[in-house]
Amino acid sequence: MYQRGQEVRVAARQHEGHHRTPAYLKGKQGTVTRVHASFLNPETHAYGKDGLPEQALYLVSFAQSDVWPEYHGDAADRLYVDVFEHWLGEAG
Amino acid sequence: MHDRGGWPTDAPIDRSEHELADWEVLMDSLVGALGQEGVMNVDELRRGIEGMPPNEYETAAYYERWLYSVEAILTEKGVLAPGELDARLET
Repeated sequence: MYQRGQEVRVAARQHEGHHRTPAYLKGKQGTVTRVHASFLNPETHAYGKDGLPEQALYLVSFAQSDVWPEYHGDAADRLYVDVFEHWLGEAG
Repeated sequence: MHDRGGWPTDAPIDRSEHELADWEVLMDSLVGALGQEGVMNVDELRRGIEGMPPNEYETAAYYERWLYSVEAILTEKGVLAPGELDARLET
């Protein structure tokens, strides 16, 4: 489990099939902003399986300028995305 | 058509709202009922949408994508026979 305020990094791995981690976040570092709850894993639940074990879901925020190399907006702008636990690792 | 978000584009974002047609409201209800009855879930709905050919995905409206997915997933599960919806529409 990760805590609010913790720095995390999204796994850079490829995944064949349905998953909810957008490509533009893979390998990016962010900050856990909220711990939602645990939910069925869509990567198996989308294929007729039970989706167990449930995975914790986090609201993670990223600096827009980290996600989009040519971002021209305010330097303080952040992007908020829900990411499942098994796609996260400790930053650093 | 997976991971469509974040692709570069110069096209403007369409922020216009539109009134939902009756079939769109029914489509939403149908997916809700299928979920409540345990026939198909939202993750399967999303997988079915991602399974659309890219050109169909790009030209389909929001609930047309739901319709495509529901037909594909229910056919995969054997709830619908292949071509059953088209056949019913012709009679």
